[in-house]
Amino acid sequence: MTPVRTISIEEPKFNIKEIKRYSHYGEADDSLLDSCLEELKGITYRVSYAEFDITEKDGGLDLEFAFTDSKNLQTNLKNCEKIILFAATVGFAPDRLIEKYNRISPAKALMFQAIGSERAESLCDAFNEMIRAEYDAKGYKLHPRFSPGYGDLPITMQRDIMRVLDCRKNLGIILNENCLMMPSKSVTAIIGTEKKES
Amino acid sequence: MTFRDFLKNNRVCLDGGTGTLLQKAGLPAGVSTEEWNKTHPEELIKIHKAYYDAGSNIVMTNTFGVNAFKYSDSELEECVAVAVSNVKQARELSAAPQEKFVGYDIGSLGRLLAPLGDLDFEDAVKAYSSVVKAAVKAGVDAFMIETMNDCYETKAALLAVKENSDLPVMVSNAYSEDGRLLSGTCPEIMVAMLEGMGADAIGVNCSLGPKQLKPIVEKYLELASVPVLCKPNAGLPRVEDGKTVFDVGPEEFAEEMKDLLNKGVCIFGGCCGTTPEYIKETVAISTNIPLKPIEIKHKTVITSSTKFVDFDDYPILIGERINPTGKKRLKQALAEKDINYILGEAVNQQEKGAHVLDVNVGALEVDETEMLTYVSGEIQAVCDLPLQLDTSDPVAMEKALRRYNGKALINSVNGKEENMDAIFPLAKKYGGVIIALTLDENGIPDTAEGRIAIAKRILARAAEYGIEKNDIIFDTLTMTVSADTNAANVTLGALKYIREQLGCHTSLGVSNVSFGLPERSRANGAFFTIALENGLSAAIMNPFSEEMMNSYYTWKLLRNKDANCLGYIGFTESATSTKTATIQTQSELTLKEAVEKGLKEQAAGKTKELLKSAEPLSIVQEEIIPALNSVGVNFENKKIFLPQLLMSAEAASSAFDEIKAAMDGSDKQGNGVKIVIATVKGDIHDIGKNIVKLLLENYGFDVTDLGRDVEPESVVNKAIELNAQIVGLSALMTTTVPAMEETIKLLKEKYPECATIVGGAVLTEELAERIGATAYGKDAMETVRFAEKYINN
Repeated sequence: MTPVRTISIEEPKFNIKEIKRYSHYGEADDSLLDSCLEELKGITYRVSYAEFDITEKDGGLDLEFAFTDSKNLQTNLKNCEKIILFAATVGFAPDRLIEKYNRISPAKALMFQAIGSERAESLCDAFNEMIRAEYDAKGYKLHPRFSPGYGDLPITMQRDIMRVLDCRKNLGIILNENCLMMPSKSVTAIIGTEKKES
Repeated sequence: MTFRDFLKNNRVCLDGGTGTLLQKAGLPAGVSTEEWNKTHPEELIKIHKAYYDAGSNIVMTNTFGVNAFKYSDSELEECVAVAVSNVKQARELSAAPQEKFVGYDIGSLGRLLAPLGDLDFEDAVKAYSSVVKAAVKAGVDAFMIETMNDCYETKAALLAVKENSDLPVMVSNAYSEDGRLLSGTCPEIMVAMLEGMGADAIGVNCSLGPKQLKPIVEKYLELASVPVLCKPNAGLPRVEDGKTVFDVGPEEFAEEMKDLLNKGVCIFGGCCGTTPEYIKETVAISTNIPLKPIEIKHKTVITSSTKFVDFDDYPILIGERINPTGKKRLKQALAEKDINYILGEAVNQQEKGAHVLDVNVGALEVDETEMLTYVSGEIQAVCDLPLQLDTSDPVAMEKALRRYNGKALINSVNGKEENMDAIFPLAKKYGGVIIALTLDENGIPDTAEGRIAIAKRILARAAEYGIEKNDIIFDTLTMTVSADTNAANVTLGALKYIREQLGCHTSLGVSNVSFGLPERSRANGAFFTIALENGLSAAIMNPFSEEMMNSYYTWKLLRNKDANCLGYIGFTESATSTKTATIQTQSELTLKEAVEKGLKEQAAGKTKELLKSAEPLSIVQEEIIPALNSVGVNFENKKIFLPQLLMSAEAASSAFDEIKAAMDGSDKQGNGVKIVIATVKGDIHDIGKNIVKLLLENYGFDVTDLGRDVEPESVVNKAIELNAQIVGLSALMTTTVPAMEETIKLLKEKYPECATIVGGAVLTEELAERIGATAYGKDAMETVRFAEKYINN
């Protein structure tokens, strides 16, 4: 594996369509969404990542930081020799707002839940794009990102990811007993890199 | 010499990093460093000794990751003993001439505390207590709590050390580049809270290099009255030739530290990336820098976990609305544990400009001890203002103060011996600024001199407990002028003397002055201004009173405390716009329309207006229920959407609040169907469940919400206890569906006549059927429709 890098990313553009989709906003007028966006402060955009070699072993995959026999991941990583493992978080700001409005305004809680999810996804997209450009130049193409909990890849892999990327220290991410991340608007994923045919 | 004595007159050199050195010695990636304490003691002793040899006065055990969640009691004790023994052996082996102590290192538990996380505060204290006891048993000279990035967890750790040992304790936090902890906490807050709880030294470590930490350390030096410590990383990490390296070398590190030592840092060391070389270089530089004496700063500061109030920035407004005295609606809310109403009052007062919120829950039929802790905790989850915990019951005070996140305002102590002996030890242990009332066993003196004499006695007694005068705020007691026309003069006379001659901050419950008189707000506003002129620092007041806010803003304007007059201008603008808005709602919208459009304030205002001429029940029947019905139908027909449905429900709730207040709480108008709802065990998602609850309540169901991550037994027992007709369960994750199934199974076994409805992202009609639920609720409206079948059944 390469050493873990931790970076801050510039605020990605808001994807209003996604926020509306997550919140079942439909055609409601924008006033609620706008007032929530105005209230949103203190979001950070941070990612820790490293590159790992993967090898087939005992019918599964040795990812250097963990072994998995997930068939879905194997399909996803077909033809890949290396992966990028990353953890990304937008921090506690959405969680604080969700906790607050869960108690006093479920409508706003719903919105901050949606906005937080959109922020985290947009952060992943921005990171993905950065990596894509980097690997493209090196002659690699990226596979779609794949997270613990998708298909047959167990959520418990989060423990390995937290350890190897030192997420607690680098990003402030903590796992609870059910392997859920706090801040809740955090994402971990594996991106396969495949050598382009020349 | 004890470490505490050494700390009094000496600069203290700590140790440096351990992790990198262990990796060099062959510690494989992914193995926790503390495992090596037992398996490779020789490597640990070598590193510890190298730090003593480099000049460290105190070397910390390699126990950062050791905690009670990872080990059983006996394992923990052994683990701690081995780690302590390694440092002791290193000390024996080192021939270095300086004083050498053994410190026990405490790090984060790696779990997040409630309300954001799932770890209860007391469980955190308990977990820390286990290691503290083990370390005391193993024999150490001091504790170091370090790299903490959550204010609340820091409090739990410090409390555990204080409760289980008399040894000195240093507390160090890890700040991010924005100058705050991950919990959003700034240095001002940590200094106030940690000093208040009696930390022997405080400061910062990790996360950044000495250069980046400088502004944060300077803040500590400016505010702290105890020794300040600084233990930076060797700069910032970067990747070079496939390896992580830090960008500041030993000499540069020492050079940067020189500046901080000159500014007054008493305790220094290194964190990630530093080695004995860094310590040696810094020690060499430090010997030429004289130790600066520490000044006592006399700050009067209270905090939440993210905001602080410094009383030198007076006048401070303390919102009085969360106090049931004379407030029917709040009494009812407390009796019914209607927390939403109370939280609404908290948020609204903050919006109106309160800086601190008084929290008093003393009412008949209320368990004050439970309620004060519960309410203040819930308020801290929605509102970031510091709180004034207001109770005359020392037991209730202790419980709430203990769990409070930050440094609270304690309301109150008075001149009675018994009272001082009950309250001062609490303030000493948990920290806090205390409101002191100038009354004693003989009552309230009717002269200013009498009240001043009591104030002096209180100060003397506080000093015996080690409480400085800056942590006492005097309330010279506002009495009504309708009983004694000289009353205000006496109050203000004492106030002026205490502020000017005793140098203490002051507070008054301003509105008492007009008790028994007509148009009280006029007199209150004027009295507030006069009191400010006589040295008032803080007022317990109603932030909704325009006259009071008028006094506040105009006094600041005229006394050069309002830069560019912006505060005053903002106040006048908002006062005018509120008036216009009120007029508009009155003329334009009906209550039904306000609910349909989801306008909370207008719905409440309109209800209030209707209550003047109509019966509460007819308003419900003719306006609110029809509005809810049309909203429900529109949602089902996809004419409106989820956010709108919710906003309408919230507007209806605010209308119901007004109705409840008018009905005096005597008669809860429900439809007789009792429903218990919960998010199942293991699942912490509760937005969906809260939406369902809100809607069900709107439709008149009697809903008991057990919260999230609820054990199957708790759900079943509650349903049986209440004789509920329906249990509603929510789960958002596939992994928690089994817990849902288990709950339903247990319910069928113990209480088969109860129906179940389930919902949540992962559920489907088929899955609901498979796990044995009576029904599947696709959304909140469907749940309402299902529950309606049980009315009059």
